[in-house]
Amino acid sequence: MSGVAGGTRGGSALRGLRTWWTMLVICIEERLVYRGDFALGTLMRFLPIVTQIFLWTAVFSATSRTDIAGYSRNDIVAYYLLTMVTRAFSSMPGLAGGIARSIRDGSVKKFLVQPVDYVSFLLAARVAHKLVYYAVAIAPFALVFFLCRGYFPPPPDAATFAAFVVSLLLSFLLGFFMEAALGMIGFWFMEVSSIVFGYMLVQYLLSGHMFPIDLLAGVPTGLAGVSLADVVRWLPFEYTAYFPAAVWLGKVRGERLLWSLVIEAGWVVVMALACRAAWWRGTRRYSAFGG
Amino acid sequence: MHNIVPDAAAADPVIRVEGLAKEYRVFDKPEGLAASIRSLFHRTSRVVEALKGVDLTVGRGEFVALLGPNGAGKTTLLKLLSGIITPSRGTARVLGHVPWERADDFRRRFALVMGQRNQLWWDLPAAESFRLHQEIYRMEPARFERIRDELVDLLDVRRLILQPVRELSLGERMKLELVAALLHEPEVLFLDEPTIGLDVVAQHTIHEFLRTVQRQRRMTVVLTTHYMKDVVALCERVVVITRGQILYDGSLAEIVDRFTTHKIVTLDLDEAPDQRRIEAFGFPCEVRGPRVILRIERGRIADVLPQLLRAEGVRDVSVEDVPLEEIVAGLFRSDRRQAETVGAAR
Repeated sequence: MSGVAGGTRGGSALRGLRTWWTMLVICIEERLVYRGDFALGTLMRFLPIVTQIFLWTAVFSATSRTDIAGYSRNDIVAYYLLTMVTRAFSSMPGLAGGIARSIRDGSVKKFLVQPVDYVSFLLAARVAHKLVYYAVAIAPFALVFFLCRGYFPPPPDAATFAAFVVSLLLSFLLGFFMEAALGMIGFWFMEVSSIVFGYMLVQYLLSGHMFPIDLLAGVPTGLAGVSLADVVRWLPFEYTAYFPAAVWLGKVRGERLLWSLVIEAGWVVVMALACRAAWWRGTRRYSAFGG
Repeated sequence: MHNIVPDAAAADPVIRVEGLAKEYRVFDKPEGLAASIRSLFHRTSRVVEALKGVDLTVGRGEFVALLGPNGAGKTTLLKLLSGIITPSRGTARVLGHVPWERADDFRRRFALVMGQRNQLWWDLPAAESFRLHQEIYRMEPARFERIRDELVDLLDVRRLILQPVRELSLGERMKLELVAALLHEPEVLFLDEPTIGLDVVAQHTIHEFLRTVQRQRRMTVVLTTHYMKDVVALCERVVVITRGQILYDGSLAEIVDRFTTHKIVTLDLDEAPDQRRIEAFGFPCEVRGPRVILRIERGRIADVLPQLLRAEGVRDVSVEDVPLEEIVAGLFRSDRRQAETVGAAR
């Protein structure tokens, strides 16, 4: 029995990958139906950056300092632009709500009846969603970055750039598994939108979406020598906005950079396991309570 | 209890269910604002027995109809058999597997079509959903294409498979749902009200289709329906479920024999009969112009018919069984009356 399974494991992994690829291609086709929504939406998302430029120009003109927590005015603008890139990887609009809806309206049943894994399917759908989004969004992104090129320091070296790419890919996976796990709460509660809202709020404050996490380095926690920034570093949130941007700007370097990548990868594993566990327990509960 | 298990079932059981029961806890949602607020702190719940210990054996190649009033437990049984829900008590084996363990080996061998809960992708042509099924069910390309073309041609929907599903009519969508469900050649098919909301032509096409495919493949099919047309067209075996229990399990022909005491005799007369003539028939009857419909006990038909034929002004006579709808409705009702009497006795 185990011999047979062992012999076909390689083949079945390959089959699984092929199935996943087909799901991906079909999801891309489906997303392309809605490509029009993306183009306008992307440009709209850049509008707040104008406010940020004005705000930080005002902040810096009110003080004699040339930098705040190591960020010059130009650094701050570059930081905001880079977090938009990170968010383009880590944000998962509609993922948690969509999972909760599929549980509520019963369409999740399909994944109990058919030999296909729901989480893998969601991942394929999300990769497709992102790929189509990038294909459309790359033009407005390029335009805005070109117009704002004056704010950026010189581009990083190859090793830093590689770390940036890895941190971005991990931020996609982290964002995906965190929100998917959140959506699975739908197995226990009918409505997850208020939970998602709370998550979004914490996420907004602690991810670095609002300001660079370095600003929290001066905020004491009551523990000797431990700042709020040190605490946040051990939480998953900053890896979905702050961390990749800070890598690009050279704010996190050397050994600390490596350790941060390890923490980020660790959170990806934890959230992926949480997502699995929630699915497993959730479907058991769903089956017991009526379906 | 009328329990007739056909030989096929005993020889090669594909579905074997013993003492299967399912209880749900439902929370009462009281009316009114004050009561709603109170229910935030203290919710009253009760246990509903959707299925109360059902035994059923279905053999390979059988086409079984599950009949019963709304809420009788038909869909609960289908959900249990397809592994969506777990039972409170009892056992079930489908194709040798416990359905709610949801092994991939099992899931590759059956299909479930539940009304309009679509397996098809709304914004894409059905051909794309079929392709995904090919991968999910691990079908070789040549076999996939052959089966897809066969099914699509049987239903005459080839021109529809390249159109986005959202642009199709309800009937067209249902046909493509069936194609999607049958692509991987399931050995067992569960259908939950497959013809609900469809016009007569679409219903007929689907009947023909299901009959053909079922015979070709010797597929085991269990369907729930409220349309007796589905049952007459497709099923030899009928299982009547009311209030979570099997009330009748046997052939369609026998249900008529066993549960009807009368036949319907229709007389076409020269002219509408007057009151005196109506009374002369001596049976309860319904008059529609020159047509008189009589209910006559089956045992007396042979005696009565010659007299009726000899009577003056009779142009035509036909003798029919009581319509199946009426028999089944009677079965449902008699069960409810029984329940009420038992309840009153307590």
